[in-house]
Amino acid sequence: MDDVQIAHIAEAVIREIAASGTRPGADVVPPGSSSGRPEEAFRAPLQGDRDRPLSPPWDGQAETPAVPSSGLSSRAKGYPPTPSPVGPLSRSVPPEPVCPAAVPGKAVGLAVDLPDPAAPEFRCKPRVADPVHPEGLQALIASTTARIGVGRSGPRYGTKPLLLFQADHATTQDALFREVDRRLLDELGLFTVQTRITGGKQEYLLRPDLGRRLNEEAGQIVGERCPKGRNIQVVAGDGLSAAAIEANLPKVLPVLEQGARSAGLTFGTPFFVKYCRVGVMNDIGTLLEPDVLVLLIGERPGLGRADSMSAYLAYRPKAGDTDADRDMICNIFERGGINPLEAGAFVIQLAQQMLQHRVSGVGRKSG
Amino acid sequence: MLFRTRLHGKLYEFPDIRVLMGKANEEKSGDRLAGLAAQTATERIAARFVLAEVPLWLLRENPAVPYESDEVTRVIQDAVNETVYNEIRDWTLGAFREWLLADTTDGEMIRRVSGGLTAEMIAGVAKLMSNMDLIYGAAKIRVSAHCNNTMGLPGTLCSRNQPNHPTDSPEGIRAALFEGLSYGSGDSAIGINPADDSPASVARLLDMSYGVIKAWNIPTQNCILAHIATQMQCLRAGSPTGLLFQSIAGSQKGNESFGISVDLLDEAYALARKYCFPTGPSYMYFETGQGSELSADAHHGWDQVVMEARCYGLSKRYNPYQVNSVVGFIGPEYLFNAAQIQRAGLEDHFMGKLTGVPMGCDACYTNHVSADQNSIENLAVMLSAAGCNYFMGVPMGDDSMLAYQSTSYHDTATLRQLFKLRPAPEFERWLEDLGLMKDGRLTEKAGDPSFFLRR
Repeated sequence: MDDVQIAHIAEAVIREIAASGTRPGADVVPPGSSSGRPEEAFRAPLQGDRDRPLSPPWDGQAETPAVPSSGLSSRAKGYPPTPSPVGPLSRSVPPEPVCPAAVPGKAVGLAVDLPDPAAPEFRCKPRVADPVHPEGLQALIASTTARIGVGRSGPRYGTKPLLLFQADHATTQDALFREVDRRLLDELGLFTVQTRITGGKQEYLLRPDLGRRLNEEAGQIVGERCPKGRNIQVVAGDGLSAAAIEANLPKVLPVLEQGARSAGLTFGTPFFVKYCRVGVMNDIGTLLEPDVLVLLIGERPGLGRADSMSAYLAYRPKAGDTDADRDMICNIFERGGINPLEAGAFVIQLAQQMLQHRVSGVGRKSG
Repeated sequence: MLFRTRLHGKLYEFPDIRVLMGKANEEKSGDRLAGLAAQTATERIAARFVLAEVPLWLLRENPAVPYESDEVTRVIQDAVNETVYNEIRDWTLGAFREWLLADTTDGEMIRRVSGGLTAEMIAGVAKLMSNMDLIYGAAKIRVSAHCNNTMGLPGTLCSRNQPNHPTDSPEGIRAALFEGLSYGSGDSAIGINPADDSPASVARLLDMSYGVIKAWNIPTQNCILAHIATQMQCLRAGSPTGLLFQSIAGSQKGNESFGISVDLLDEAYALARKYCFPTGPSYMYFETGQGSELSADAHHGWDQVVMEARCYGLSKRYNPYQVNSVVGFIGPEYLFNAAQIQRAGLEDHFMGKLTGVPMGCDACYTNHVSADQNSIENLAVMLSAAGCNYFMGVPMGDDSMLAYQSTSYHDTATLRQLFKLRPAPEFERWLEDLGLMKDGRLTEKAGDPSFFLRR
């Protein structure tokens, strides 16, 4: 990557951070000020400030301003502190969450009162001690959602990246068992049918075989309400993330409908499948005989990200078909993934190819 | 045939070897899903008592899928060294376990016996081993392979640099790749899972990763983990390719669900030897995982440990550079929790090494299973003790494309320092020349991806 590209990426990040607004109370500690930045204080003992007895800063007795003094001592001993962002970045990046007790003169007992450490402006903070190219490091971090530029304590993570990882895992765990909002499905005009799962989400997780089959009632309802033999039939399913359907379906569904219309293709009546696995496409294919069946389904949640959706496409799906007979577009989500609007257009394009070549899956790739 | 025992006064009888093998497994949700798990804890151990008396020849003669109808069975049976087999055919599984663990049995002896084994025998003995047995047994067996560098040598631990990006942004992938290199990850391969597996996308990533390898003269090889047909298409069109990758299953039907066959893999192997850029002689990379056959309804009524062992038997045909189970990727319906994932990880590594393939492990889990990062850190420590060839290197273990968590760049660095292990020798020299590593430890310069912005 050359410097022009790096500068370009850095500019984009600055714009994005500026657009996200400044944290209330961000003026408590000026960015890059030499005192009261808990970042160094927090890191220094972990990095091994060998000349000083190692007592963790949060272990400080009442009345002892342990945190700021350890921060100062680490600097005085010449340990390379985390460099302050230079140039225009220093005006845009808010300071770390500040514990009021860390500000000299305000240490009255211990009061830990953090702003959200998972907020985007803290998430992307470079944590490499003494990087070769500080601005370049910023640009690298900005170029991916992967957790890079996180630095190290010996070969392990610093405390803040470690806790942020755990925080993201925790929020994903908490989000796992939610169901898709009925009102949203009503607004989109989708009726709901169910697979053969009867025992809730736990059974859904343990019995994929039942999640691949429509139940008897579903077969009847779909047969009554959906016309057969359309060029494109769209179905949505919860899969492993209700949030993914809620976030993306309202955006992608109109694109599919309009796209099909402008391509001169007939469009079946879309509906929603609860407790849905990808394999349910075979049952639906047998029932409605569409040329191309599109299943929009919530993906397994990533760490701190539950809004990622996949689109599976199959040409004339039938019993016995496998993943090798299907095509897939994954990672459909806004900000960092495949934008749902673009994904809709891509699905129509792919469907047209399938209609032309009369095949999907591995056969399409080798054909 | 009769398979029965009394245990604690109660009679347990098993109708055939297939049922016996399933019931002898440690508890796995996938075996329960398939209706193969023991009904009670005592029945499980009764099955093991009986299985311990079963001779190897019985398993040779009862492959999970008949020879006539399954090409994976044919690959495995045809590769058996009959001289070695005839020496060991009357060993019982119980005696085989003790022979593997005995002080008088060394790695070379086990490598020779490997030639006479089939997957069913390997799975059978794994069922009789405790977790520490699996660790101790595997630690005896070193299987190394060379591509542009050497993996699997005693005293080494390697890392696949896996810098995935949700939309395959070359800049984003390069950024994570730099982070990994700065921690000493990348001696196994620079292995990228593409979100878009079209030929154009795969070619772009091959070019980009090869560009980094050339710019920094890295002793490693690149690999884009798309479907093998796509990689072959790119290789034929002249894309610089280090390794050819494919996920494989333990039955012909399972492989059909992946869109592959032995013929296709044979063709890929021949193509790789003709056109891949590294020195070789190993150019193939395979991934596996317990439960994939069942999920494709291609398990033929057999348990997931047996079907997994058959994958290794198939992979051996292609003299692979690296093979790993993606152990916790498949989800809770096959491996329910941390204990089941850890058990499967140890079984897979042991069975691969006993088969004679250079095994690593993707020690991983998904967010809908009851496991967390601690549980795979535990697994990685256990597998390092077992002599595992390599782990995945993912930024902080959080794969931003595949939505699962694995081991990190930091983890391999930590395990090396913890167990006094080194990178692949060629790669370690490269790290030393750059000043990122000294005497097997990371230097102050390490851990800074911006180090690689100079070229």
